[in-house]
Amino acid sequence: MDVLVCLKRVPLAGGTLILTPDLRDIETKHLGFGISPHEENAVEAGVQLVEQMGGTLTLLTLGPSDAEEQLRSQLAIGATRAVLIETDGQEWDPQGTAAALVDAIKAEETKFDLIIFGAESADSAGYQIHIRMAHALNLPIVTNVKSMKVENNIVSCDRVVAYGREHYEAPLPAIVTVRDGLNIPRYPSVPGRMAARKKTVDVRKAEARVPKLEKVTLALAPSKDKGAEILGKGPDAVPALVEVLKQIGAF
Amino acid sequence: MILVLVDHDRGEIDPLSLRALTAARKLSQEIHAVVIGSDGAGVLNIVGEYGAQILHVASHAAITDYTPMASGRALSELVEKLKPAAVLAAGSPRGNEQLAHLAAFMDIPMAAECSEITLGSPHHVLRARWAGNLIESAHVHSELLIATVLSFSTEPQSINGPAATLAQFQPELEPADTVVKILSRSSGESKGGVTLIDAKVIVSGGRGVGGAEGFANLEELATLLGGTVGCSRVVTSSGWRPHAEQVGQTGTKVAPDLYIAAGISGAMQHIAGMKNSKTIVVINTDPEAPILRYADYAIIGDLHQVIPALTSAIRQAKE
Ligand SMILES: Cc1cc2nc3c(=O)[nH]c(=O)nc-3n(C[C@H](O)[C@H](O)[C@H](O)COP(=O)(O)OP(=O)(O)OC[C@H]3O[C@@H](n4cnc5c(N)ncnc54)[C@H](O)[C@@H]3O)c2cc1C
Ligand SMILES: Nc1ncnc2c1ncn2[C@@H]1O[C@H](COP(=O)(O)O)[C@@H](O)[C@H]1O
Repeated sequence: MDVLVCLKRVPLAGGTLILTPDLRDIETKHLGFGISPHEENAVEAGVQLVEQMGGTLTLLTLGPSDAEEQLRSQLAIGATRAVLIETDGQEWDPQGTAAALVDAIKAEETKFDLIIFGAESADSAGYQIHIRMAHALNLPIVTNVKSMKVENNIVSCDRVVAYGREHYEAPLPAIVTVRDGLNIPRYPSVPGRMAARKKTVDVRKAEARVPKLEKVTLALAPSKDKGAEILGKGPDAVPALVEVLKQIGAF
Repeated sequence: MILVLVDHDRGEIDPLSLRALTAARKLSQEIHAVVIGSDGAGVLNIVGEYGAQILHVASHAAITDYTPMASGRALSELVEKLKPAAVLAAGSPRGNEQLAHLAAFMDIPMAAECSEITLGSPHHVLRARWAGNLIESAHVHSELLIATVLSFSTEPQSINGPAATLAQFQPELEPADTVVKILSRSSGESKGGVTLIDAKVIVSGGRGVGGAEGFANLEELATLLGGTVGCSRVVTSSGWRPHAEQVGQTGTKVAPDLYIAAGISGAMQHIAGMKNSKTIVVINTDPEAPILRYADYAIIGDLHQVIPALTSAIRQAKE
């Protein structure tokens, strides 16, 4: 079984965000980079499928040359090889990204049985690159998958909704987009990291298109400091908290 | 004219769609709604109340339940016929999915999770990024605007309009459009009847809890308050608790009356899932923890001491 996973390099922002002076990006001088949790689950799912059924796992990303870092760290958990479509570092719009990724997939010798995506990217969250690619590649697509298995050339998937689960199936070849919680992604082992250094990352250049969804500027969402009332330190503060809980009718 | 996709599950309307209808009224007086699947026709009255004059019902023998690609096809045919200025839907997993299929069929842009929309040439939108922590100002270069409405940016407002006029149509589907659809459903497993979404009280633990065993104290407190346990992503990715309990951007979004965050630092992806809680209480050893900015009350201290003391104090007070 040949699996492809699409992932995106994003800054690992946890606390407060700072913008660049031109207000077009997040200031990343002091940030590390990673991929979205959804995409970590996608890679783990790919590794597990290849462990069970044999075959290959290819990683594909469109991004700056530094995105090789994210490919290497995911190669370290067990992917076979990776392809980097190198840009000048600007983020591309969803249509441009999808078109370039489709071209890259068509240029591959391998005909992938399953292509796995994150449900949405951590930073831009456009909710669409995978669906556009499903149309361009004429593949069925199941999105927002929280559990899946492959049997008899069918991928069968569950989606979690408010009341429970919805069940979907698609014949292979197919596209699936997955959510955090699908599995617990493993950490790369030391031998895994060593092996990843020797694995192939094919780098190809791509020309940017004129964006149709054009980012103009970014702004921080207003967040008001509630100015927490500090009730005290340690267990001594518990009586004050009990009073508060009584007042708000918590018991 | 603005066309609004109204989502439903086996005939029951998704209330987020009413927000999309309300957002559409800011753009035009002329609103058409569309439901996919004949069992959606029952929303006639309610979409009218929220300002839609016409309800298009896309019926087809092959659309017996949610079939996202067929929705995209049906919408594209309706757009062809009606030539609306914009197609809107709720910024929900289904709203985003069905409009992305429409955008893919038409090969035009789509702006997801918009909090503000201005029609023009180009169209202008404000849309959420990074779980709503960043707002992107963007231009959309296409004649037709396809956009989804950020769930909580618009309060649903009824104008008590009359029932919409029904307009049936049968989309022409390709076989590929109906390959992926809901085949069956199962109800969720809830423990003790209280689920994260409905809970009035959530006692949530983070890395500071230190391990799976540490959650016993949180469970006890939660049960005493008639609530349930939540957690941060560090906790689920360490395998201490199931993912169903994760609160945040990639977990569940909650808004209980009381949210107690113990040993959680307050990364923006966690905050995105709990900031709408009515009262937020923090227990953290670090007086500088970012989560304090979102809290109403805090105790600075070790949760392993504070939580058992709190549990016994509440027990006493209850007697
Ligand atoms: C795209 C994306 C999506 C994400 N989605 C989510 C999500 O849905 N939900 C989520 O939670 N995270 C999410 N994350 C991860 C998030 O960025 C943080 O890594 C995570 O929330 C941190 O968890 P934490 O607060 O438990 O751990 P930490 O940040 O390590 O904080 C631990 C806290 O515990 C305190 N502490 C330590 N010991 C004690 C003690 N004995 N008593 C009291 N306090 C103590 C410390 O002072 C500290 O404040 C996401 C990340 C990304 C990139
Ligand atoms: N630049 C990229 N390179 C490769 N895959 C991507 C890229 N951007 C997004 N994706 C994939 O598409 C999914 C959905 O992205 P989005 O449409 O931006 O929400 C992500 O979770 C990734 O799996």
